[in-house]
Amino acid sequence: MKLSVSNLNSHYGPAHILFDIGLEVGEGEVVALLGRNGAGKSTTFRSIVGLVALREGQILFEGKDISTAPTHEIVRAGLGYVPEERRIFTDLTVEENLEVGRQKPRPGSPQWTREKLYKLFPNLGEMKNRPGGRMSGGEQQMLTIARTLMGNPSLVLLDEPSEGLSPKIVEQMVDAILTMKKEGVSLVVSEQNLHFARLISDRAYIIERGRICFAGTMAELDARPDIRDAHLSI
Amino acid sequence: MAFYFVQFLTGLASAASLFLVASGLSIIFGVTRIVNFAHGAFYMLGAYIAFSLTERLSGALGFWGGIVVAALAVAVIGVIVEIVLLRRIYHAPELFQLLATFGLTLMVEDLVVLIWGPDDLVGRRAPGFKGAVDFFGQNIPSYDLFLIVLGPVVLGALWLLFQRTRWGILVRAATQDRDMVAALGVNQKWLFTSVFAVGVFLAALGGALQIPRDAVHHAMDLRIIVEVFVVVVIGGLGSILGAFVAAVLVSELNAFGILIFPTISLILVFLVMAVVLVIRPWGLFGKKEAPARRTPGLTVIPWRPLTSVERLASVVALALVAMLPFIAGNYALTVGAEIAIFVIFAASLHFLMAVGGLASFGHAAYFGLGAYGVAFLAKMAGLPMIVCILLGPLLGALGAAVFGAFAVQLSGVYFAMLTLAFAQIVWSIAFQWVAVTGGDNGILGLWPEKWAASPSHFYWLALGVSAFVVSVLRLITFSPFGYALRGMRDSPLRSESIGINGKRIQWTAFIIAGTTAGIGGALFAYLKGSVFPDNMGISLSVDALVMVLLGGVETVPGAIFGAIVYKALNIWLVSQTDWSKLVLGIFIVLIVVVFPKGIVGVVESVMQRRRAAAPKAAALSAKMEGAQ
Repeated sequence: MKLSVSNLNSHYGPAHILFDIGLEVGEGEVVALLGRNGAGKSTTFRSIVGLVALREGQILFEGKDISTAPTHEIVRAGLGYVPEERRIFTDLTVEENLEVGRQKPRPGSPQWTREKLYKLFPNLGEMKNRPGGRMSGGEQQMLTIARTLMGNPSLVLLDEPSEGLSPKIVEQMVDAILTMKKEGVSLVVSEQNLHFARLISDRAYIIERGRICFAGTMAELDARPDIRDAHLSI
Repeated sequence: MAFYFVQFLTGLASAASLFLVASGLSIIFGVTRIVNFAHGAFYMLGAYIAFSLTERLSGALGFWGGIVVAALAVAVIGVIVEIVLLRRIYHAPELFQLLATFGLTLMVEDLVVLIWGPDDLVGRRAPGFKGAVDFFGQNIPSYDLFLIVLGPVVLGALWLLFQRTRWGILVRAATQDRDMVAALGVNQKWLFTSVFAVGVFLAALGGALQIPRDAVHHAMDLRIIVEVFVVVVIGGLGSILGAFVAAVLVSELNAFGILIFPTISLILVFLVMAVVLVIRPWGLFGKKEAPARRTPGLTVIPWRPLTSVERLASVVALALVAMLPFIAGNYALTVGAEIAIFVIFAASLHFLMAVGGLASFGHAAYFGLGAYGVAFLAKMAGLPMIVCILLGPLLGALGAAVFGAFAVQLSGVYFAMLTLAFAQIVWSIAFQWVAVTGGDNGILGLWPEKWAASPSHFYWLALGVSAFVVSVLRLITFSPFGYALRGMRDSPLRSESIGINGKRIQWTAFIIAGTTAGIGGALFAYLKGSVFPDNMGISLSVDALVMVLLGGVETVPGAIFGAIVYKALNIWLVSQTDWSKLVLGIFIVLIVVVFPKGIVGVVESVMQRRRAAAPKAAALSAKMEGAQ
């Protein structure tokens, strides 16, 4: 197992957000975490990388317990995180943004270089010296993914990559995710868009009000329209 | 003409050290979000250590090596401070961070006197820069020319450091979004430590480079820190270029201000700062920031007016305290009156800070203005005491109205720095304008009239006014105005979107707080029989902050208890030790680190826990949860 989360509970101050979350990601697998706005997708990711202070439960990454490790150690172990709000450094250029993400090559993880990433996201290669603040939403989304890949992660948590993007950019995003998978990166992708999730993932979890309420393959999910309608449709 | 040019060059030379210190402060703030009050103390330490090293090491190498080694040594001290103290308080509210670093400043001030003695020390001249250059009959020290060149060189070096190195890129990224940098695998702890070390190094270097120009003394920290605050407010906190431009501007204003208004030269700097703030509240080169984050409450105990039982208890307590003259002697009564006056002062600051969310670092200005108001009315106009006490505080109100109008344009640390700078300006007017204020000699012979002259009568007067002021402030807190003010404190955007004129509300609160502080000052003038510039000094402002903090910022009656405990402790401490600053500094740091909720805060949370444990309360809260 690449990543195995069990009995994860998280709190923001007095508010209990996640209840006994359990999920698993196999080597080289792409797993979708589906759910509506506010269901707990982002909090799940933030808890796994240690950005939520109040969390309990077991989180195993490549067999190692990371449930109490500080964020930078989790990330350096090869668990990359792409946040939902993009959060690129707007004052820094594309090149500088990538530099912040750079980590030493890690044996066993796919290696990424600037050149390789510019091939994956050709738009970025054309604006190496542009400040992040003067890029379009789609370009910023590509930059956040590229920036995380500069850390040579073996697993990436990708939070709502298709949110707010035009259909054309979404297509590029699908290609990029499939390329990452082909290179050997495991992925957990949170999504509200079932159509997008179906194009990229092997399996899916559905989260609702901080609890996992479905786990199975995409085919199994398609066989249960009741679940799909209850937890996903708008 | 040559004279003015030389004056201009002198200004540029002074700007070099100011720029070094200000850029260090800016860099540290950018990443850690801490306004390092102790920056002036590091500057001073740099000067003292450089003095000792350059005295012992001979030759040019000894001198320049001594300067650099001194700055490095202070940077190491900074690293220790960061690891031991600051790492514990990065998530504390801004006010706590400012106070903790102020506590550090107090400690350093006493330690410096312990090690190097109280006298001014005159250092060596810089080898190779001992002479002067003749310019159309005017002499320019060649060391000044060296400093003039050094400023832009350091600016360039810092620019390269931040643009061309990985460390610099990480620092710039962390300035924008610390958590994201951690989420990319960077160890924030060491990034913060290294940034702090660089900032402190710059401050200490600034201090060390001053020794050929100025004597080294144990008050140089406060002088520089006020100037540095003015520089970063004008230049924009977080901008190095801004620090450079503003350092030059402020130094030139000082250089020429002395020619134009010899006695009140600081006025000129103040006017420029005011203009900048009106046009660009975030400074010339700063960035407009989102409304300051409000750290989620340390306590979640909601405020409420007193119940009738509690109100009765307060009246009984007041009546008991009023019995003091029947059992205590004159000295105890004088101490009691002083404590009652400081309850007024602390309550007025608490109103501004806790209810208004505006942490003023210069509240003593309005206390002192009230005291001077009384002194002017009594000594110059010869008015009766009762009229003086009624009208004197209006000077505090006036000061608060003028300064408050500027200050409420800002929030958070900018607000704190600006109020501190204002207070320092008021202080320097009182200090410099000898013809009117008597300068350092103050105004003497200000005694109460017969009806209030005996210690017991004056005690009752102070106690009565104190009870009245505290009650009025409480009433305001729980009035619609108080709700609006708390709304602005908790969420400026939401408050304004429901039609509250936020700045006006805050300005009014500032004037209320300034007036009540002035009332305290007016009584204080009669208690002491005199007024001095120190009645509006920084240390008095900080005393008030510590009182509020000790009592508990997030409680309603905290200031009262804080003032009583702190003032009593302070009076006792000063009688016991010569190193009261050192003890006080340690005390402040300990409160911030160990005891951030204050006395009343701790008592309240204990009571809250007990109440929650009671079955009735448990049932109620269960019902409320069910309803949600």
